[in-house]
Amino acid sequence: MQRIIKQLIFFAVLLIAWEGIVRAGGWTPDVMPKPTDVWQALVRGFADRTLIFDLAASFQRLFIGLLISLALGVGLGILLAKSKTADETLGSLILALQSVPSIVWLPLAIMWFGLNEKSVIFIVVLGGTLVMTINMRMGIKSVAPLYIRAAQTMGSRGIDLFVRVIFPAAIPYAVTGVRLAWAFAWRALMAAEILSTGPGLGYTLKYASDFGDMSLVIAVMILIGIIGSIVDYAFFQRVEKNVMRRWGLETN
Amino acid sequence: MFLHIDHINKQFTNSNVVNDVLVDVNAVINEGEFVSILGPSGCGKSTLLSMVAGLSEASSGQIKLEGKTIKKPGKDRGMVFQQAALFPWLNVEENVMFPLKKEMSKKEAKERARKFLQMVQLSHYGGHYPHELSGGMQQRVAIARALAMNPKVLLMDEPFGALDEQTRARMHTELEKIWVETQKTILFVTHSISESIKLSDRIIVMGTQPGTIIADIPVNLQRPRQFDQKEVIQLEKKISLLLKNEIDKVVKEELAYAANH
Repeated sequence: MQRIIKQLIFFAVLLIAWEGIVRAGGWTPDVMPKPTDVWQALVRGFADRTLIFDLAASFQRLFIGLLISLALGVGLGILLAKSKTADETLGSLILALQSVPSIVWLPLAIMWFGLNEKSVIFIVVLGGTLVMTINMRMGIKSVAPLYIRAAQTMGSRGIDLFVRVIFPAAIPYAVTGVRLAWAFAWRALMAAEILSTGPGLGYTLKYASDFGDMSLVIAVMILIGIIGSIVDYAFFQRVEKNVMRRWGLETN
Repeated sequence: MFLHIDHINKQFTNSNVVNDVLVDVNAVINEGEFVSILGPSGCGKSTLLSMVAGLSEASSGQIKLEGKTIKKPGKDRGMVFQQAALFPWLNVEENVMFPLKKEMSKKEAKERARKFLQMVQLSHYGGHYPHELSGGMQQRVAIARALAMNPKVLLMDEPFGALDEQTRARMHTELEKIWVETQKTILFVTHSISESIKLSDRIIVMGTQPGTIIADIPVNLQRPRQFDQKEVIQLEKKISLLLKNEIDKVVKEELAYAANH
């Protein structure tokens, strides 16, 4: 409870300071809007439903892209963990690609798929797949040998051993992978939407910027931040913590 | 011959230095017997046990269970490790059901799991997850899990080594009770002399460097045995004298190693 109060006070002070400074400086809303302008832009956006459509469109792309990247990531991660040759060849490529921000693929994506939905989803998939692959591989590789030995003495081997012991033992890593994949995919999605086509939160941000509507720009930025942190804190961190506790991996 | 350990040798090669871990180990364990393998650390007793489990291979020689050579792990040999090795994503009951899944219906497996959880006095903990149990309780679940698949032999690798003194004493009493109840053959690896005297019909004493059997001592004392019993104390003295030489050897080796590095 105390933490919430502290946070409320902090954000209240922040907003008041922002409002005060902009008023004192005398800037116009097309340079630096006040919190009240941003609030109005938000209300307007929700009232005429543009922001609602944007949210729906962005989430749809994110959902499709994330699902594809999780499926790919699990498959590739298992392949890299199980095949030494694949790990040494494909694995090094994936590590290298990991250091390339997925948005730089957009020019190619537009040439291949056109300036549309597919390009954006492609960028989202690239953003999520690599980090999921790396975590899944780690998860499979770090399964405690004791679990495997114990399962073997109980007659488990081959596929049965993998499905009933190795994969479930790797779940904590997989959960971290999903959380990171979501974070990467969300950022990739926003970048791709700004540079390509709408509807979507990123697209509205660029549209607002073209018309000099800085209130809406900041409104969208705040929406992006709020959604990102809600999904991360309220959902993923909670799931991750529960899994860690159940799997006996909690540090405290 | 129920379980026959026949001329087992094991070498590890480490950067071109051949290291003899086990040399010419021979033993016969009879059905229903409780046999301890006792020895200082590094004598290869755990390696020997994991060969019986089928988890590691001998360099030469073979181990036969009821005449059949052991090549792979199998359900005819249940194993309890020093760590309970319960699967954290399954609750206690599901853990005990793990080895039963393929050979019986879910209902039968459940009944069987309950029966063995009752035997280790954990019938109320079926729905709990391993992280909610103490070390001693976890180890009891591991014993129930191994027994539930009805193995011919129960292999135990220092199963109480990680437990505190009081818990260990309680586990001894419980294991003895389970052994009387189930009539299982138990092969029990330990480095504790008193533990081996308390529990076993026979103590196979192993020496180190190389690991080999140096004595095979029957324990013909009535159960339950007390630690302050005169015969127990005498036997303990006799075995510690036997092991003293072996432990001296280890110490000397370690000192020599320290001097050279």
